Amino acid sequence: MTQAQLQEDANLLASDSEHHKPNWREYFGFSTDHKVIGIQYLVTTFLFYLVGGALAAAVRTELATPEVDFVSRELYNSLFTVHATVMIFLWIVPATTGGFGNFLVPLMIGARDMAFPRLNAIAFWLIPPGGLLLLSSFLVGAPASGWTSYPPLSLVSGKPGEFIWILSVLLLGTSSILAAVNFLVTIVKMRVAGMGFNDMPLFCWAMMATSALALIATPVLAGALILLSFDLIAGTAFFNPTGGGDPIVYQHLFWFYSHPAVYIMILPVFGMISEILPVHARKPIFGYKAIAYSSLAISFLGLIVWAHHMFTSGTPPWLRMFFMFTTMVIAVPTGIKVFSWLATLWGGKLNLNSALLFAMGFVSMFVVGGISGVMVAAVPFDIHVHDTYFVVAHLHYVLFGGSVFGIYAGFYHWFPKMTGRMMNETLGKIHFALTFIGFNLAFMPMHKLGLEGMNRRVAEYDPKFATLNLICTIGTYILAVSTFPFIYNAISSWLSGPKAGNNPWRALTLEWMTTSPPPVENFDQDPILVVGPYDYGMGDRATNVDVPFSDPREPVLAAGPNSALRADPDPSVAAHPDDR
Amino acid sequence: MLIGIVLTLVSIWYGQNHGLMPVAASKEAPLVDGLFNTMMTISTGLFILVQGVLIISAIKFRRRRGDEADAEPVHGNIPLEILWTAIPAILVLGISIYSFDVYNEMGGIDPMNHSMAHGKSEKSVAHMPGAAIAATLPAASEPLSTGMTASASDPSASSQPIASSNIGIGSTPEQQNSPTELTVNVAGLQYAWIFTYPDTGVVSGELHVPLGREVLLNITANDVLHAFWVPEFRLKQDAIPGRQSELSFTPSKEGEYPVICAELCGAYHGAMRTKVVVHSASDYDAWITSQQVASAEGLQQAIATSAVDQSVDQFLSPFVQSIGVQPDQLTQLHPAAGHYHPAS
Amino acid sequence: MQGSTIDPSKTVLNYHHAVETAHGHSEHPDHRLTGVIVFLIAESMIFLGLFSAYLAFRVTAPVWPPDGTPRLELLLPGINTIILISSSFVAHNADTAIKKNDVKGLRKWFAITALMGVIFLTGQLYEYHHLEFGLTTNIFASTFYVLTGFHGLHVTFGVVLLLGVLWRSLKADHYSSEHHFGVEAAELYWHFVDVVWIVLFLLLYIL
Ligand code: HEA
Ligand code: HEA
Ligand code: CUA
Ligand SMILES: [Cu+2]
Repeated sequence: MTQAQLQEDANLLASDSEHHKPNWREYFGFSTDHKVIGIQYLVTTFLFYLVGGALAAAVRTELATPEVDFVSRELYNSLFTVHATVMIFLWIVPATTGGFGNFLVPLMIGARDMAFPRLNAIAFWLIPPGGLLLLSSFLVGAPASGWTSYPPLSLVSGKPGEFIWILSVLLLGTSSILAAVNFLVTIVKMRVAGMGFNDMPLFCWAMMATSALALIATPVLAGALILLSFDLIAGTAFFNPTGGGDPIVYQHLFWFYSHPAVYIMILPVFGMISEILPVHARKPIFGYKAIAYSSLAISFLGLIVWAHHMFTSGTPPWLRMFFMFTTMVIAVPTGIKVFSWLATLWGGKLNLNSALLFAMGFVSMFVVGGISGVMVAAVPFDIHVHDTYFVVAHLHYVLFGGSVFGIYAGFYHWFPKMTGRMMNETLGKIHFALTFIGFNLAFMPMHKLGLEGMNRRVAEYDPKFATLNLICTIGTYILAVSTFPFIYNAISSWLSGPKAGNNPWRALTLEWMTTSPPPVENFDQDPILVVGPYDYGMGDRATNVDVPFSDPREPVLAAGPNSALRADPDPSVAAHPDDR
Repeated sequence: MLIGIVLTLVSIWYGQNHGLMPVAASKEAPLVDGLFNTMMTISTGLFILVQGVLIISAIKFRRRRGDEADAEPVHGNIPLEILWTAIPAILVLGISIYSFDVYNEMGGIDPMNHSMAHGKSEKSVAHMPGAAIAATLPAASEPLSTGMTASASDPSASSQPIASSNIGIGSTPEQQNSPTELTVNVAGLQYAWIFTYPDTGVVSGELHVPLGREVLLNITANDVLHAFWVPEFRLKQDAIPGRQSELSFTPSKEGEYPVICAELCGAYHGAMRTKVVVHSASDYDAWITSQQVASAEGLQQAIATSAVDQSVDQFLSPFVQSIGVQPDQLTQLHPAAGHYHPAS
Repeated sequence: MQGSTIDPSKTVLNYHHAVETAHGHSEHPDHRLTGVIVFLIAESMIFLGLFSAYLAFRVTAPVWPPDGTPRLELLLPGINTIILISSSFVAHNADTAIKKNDVKGLRKWFAITALMGVIFLTGQLYEYHHLEFGLTTNIFASTFYVLTGFHGLHVTFGVVLLLGVLWRSLKADHYSSEHHFGVEAAELYWHFVDVVWIVLFLLLYIL
């Protein structure tokens, strides 16, 4: 018997009866079911992604030629400001935490719902108004001082737009804090009996680290924005040197949030990748504990590196050295993850479907962005490339090559669970190929542009950069085209794809131990852990299993009291037939 | 083994021959380039390693049709995991030590005096010998906004090493008290740079510097944040209203290079550029003289716009000129300066 | 039960039994208090952010408070501080009372707490009214008003919470020695607001 069969058999009662299909109207209303909310998040944020992408396409169209020809300079600044705000606050953050987090966390830990279902719904319903508010700013002159919104510029360029920006970011930040509270309580308190922290799927570890970061960092942004709005509308001078204020204080407060924010955007994706790779490689995850604890290390380190965005803004030299060092240290826990993923793939039996392709694309592209991150962390080098296209390249390699690739991998992997239907593989592979090519065309040349002297946030540039910029723009159009196969695939498969069954990937984590889509309370009975979340290939006792980071005698470490992994299982509850 | 050697060789080759950087025109630039080349070597190695493993896995370990079994369950391997924790740790330690060294060499840190490098108050207290300078400073380039008098330091008047006490990259230790250091006050405003030479009273819209002599820039801004960047020098420093920051460098190659504003400062941020001209010593003297003559002829504080790249900066000239006429009006101009540019 | 090739009655029931004995089923555990505590961590981070901004302005300014700032009167805020701190102890009495199923005691103590909160707020408004500087006078004045104002908003919200508990306690058996989450949450929040004030008072008035 394989591990998947063991786990499924044990949980037959948990996925017992036939359930009514969720009514489509639920998705448009105030539902407190974490799965409905998760899907609401994913669909809403994906729509915002299209908006953000359309703005990016406008940015790139302007940049196709060195002259200012497509939009005015003022509008250009608004375009990339809103582009970045939408992508970060309305796409990556809510899609990874709110979307996948909501859908998966309770299922993975065997809970019936989140700890606070109503709070959960409220957190979601802050998103659409926040987003629409932000977009409505185009009617009164959209914010135009970058997503960083540094004063004094943000105080003098278009007050209504700036104020709308502050309001909508405050709304979205509140939503993110509420979600973080919910996740922390859910993960700490509501794991099914027998699931110790070290039996949790790695996605839950990642969500824990993410939520802790969001909880600690987001309020500081709120504080900064409150002060900024006073400067903007009440005439105070917190960040205005004319009145004795200091613009640098804003930068510290802003980056104290916004650096951790980049880990808020990547940690859940790390978690998703750790789920997807083992399933499709048919191999246990390599170094479970190392991956789990490195998430915590990243979130701790992430809190003490913020000033690496301020190497040229007059940070004292010794502090610069401190922040340079802490920043670079993050390469170590991240490297542990990357190498563990590679080792998971190595020697596996890779089922190269769309989900795995995107996951491998994630590893390959994220590493490029991570390495350029370590480069910009070196102070003397950053002094040269700060605020240039080198940084733009870095941030898109980690955010698009990282987060967006990861989210696509997640879509393909969990679509069958969310909808009960399979996606079309051919379209998925076309989508992957176009995305991969378009992405590299669009962002690889930016490294060179930045090094050679093209600064960011400009609508016009030196004609000597024209060729490379044109390549970037063409890449963007390919990226835009690449979304169409995906959208078509998602809609048509949802309506009429082949039925998926409970566990099409033969996976072991608990979300696959119930029907697809899962019923309202997820499980008819509390699910049971028979095997660990990643015990692929360990069905046969003849295999010599090397479990370095856990003790096979200790129930907590060996996947719970009835694990087939335990060295000396209790015959009365053992899962494996041989042990009974 | 063979793969390892090839990988190393390719990385080293690419790390040295990437051709990604523009010309190096200051003494500091080769230091930065050395650091970059090293990082590029390491990066290329890591890149090939990771992509190689991915591609090999995708080809060699893909599932054969009909094979439904799981793979061999390898869970971990402690020595291997220690190895791949240690190697990145050593690499980043190496990179940060190297960076620290380069930074120090560029004059970023003065170990004698770092207690002062903390912000504006200490700076203005510690540095007040600069009072005499205020008189020689044309009003146009004086930091306009705050009550704090930024000390436009006169290097010879102060026994304090200037570099250390300010923010930004300072002078290298052995050059600190060099009497030949050329000081230039730089002011960024929407959307132009104004360079003032306190020793000679010259005010210019371009930066002219002599080859091989150390230059110290005192940078500030009049309205919003800007950043002074010369890619060929590999140097950048934000211009912050109400604060003064310093940047020092030694030009090492004659020629004209762009000065680019690297911090978003409004709609015309992309057009806020001028150039730095590195002259031979005699040409530089000639330039200074011509500027002094020009002002002596009554064009008081006229801005040297003679060679401004008109195609890009045309719209700026009326604006820049106006500064010369009524320098003290600048305070009132902002934040309204955004409306000041004629439609282009 | 769906048809299945394996006899599930054997395997599944077995496990279920084991799990239940291992973890004596508590049906719907109440996590709300944990939620409140976690939320208060977030709240304290806002204040921490504002405090650090205040400190940053303070250490970088040449003189602090900036020249021409009138000295702050200490008497009224001092009294206010004492009132707020003692109100925390009063609030705690309410908690003790409800743990003994004494709803009357709960009502009495929470009413007093709310009253003290209102006195505090009135005192603060009075102080605002009589200060010689306004929001935009200088950087000290601005931070002063924003910090105390933001705290005052929290006190107001705390009073609303207390009144909410009082309102609910009118319904018979709403709170008991077993079920009194509302009381505990309100009390916790009140303590939080109190602690923030102590830091604030030290920062703004004493240091
Ligand atoms: C998901 C988002 C994300 C992520 C994960 C990261 C990850 C990292 N970032 Fe990035 N960053 C951004 C998003 C992100 N960043 C954004 C949006 C900006 C711009 C903001 C703006 O100005 O608008 C930015 C800007 C930015 C700057 C400022 C640049 C500037 O403005 O001048 C710096 C400087 O230190 C930096 C560093 C890093 C580092 C060191 C990491 C590390 O975490 C990377 C670690 C990963 C690896 C290193 C790869 C895997 C490791 C190995 C294979 C092991 C071996 C490796 C080595 C030994 C090197 N980032
Ligand atoms: C998660 C974050 C994220 C993502 C996914 C992206 C995605 C993209 N980004 Fe963005 N970007 C940022 C975050 C992100 N960006 C940030 C933080 C900044 C810094 C901003 C600042 O300086 O303040 C930035 C800045 C930035 C710049 C620099 C602007 C400047 O400095 O002047 C550029 C320029 O090329 C750019 C391009 C792109 C492109 C081409 C994509 C593409 O990948 C987008 C591809 C997607 C599409 C093309 C959508 C396809 C769909 C359609 C076209 C259909 C449309 C239909 C309807 C609307 C109904 N981005
Ligand atoms: Cu000045 Cu950008
Ligand atoms: Cu960062």
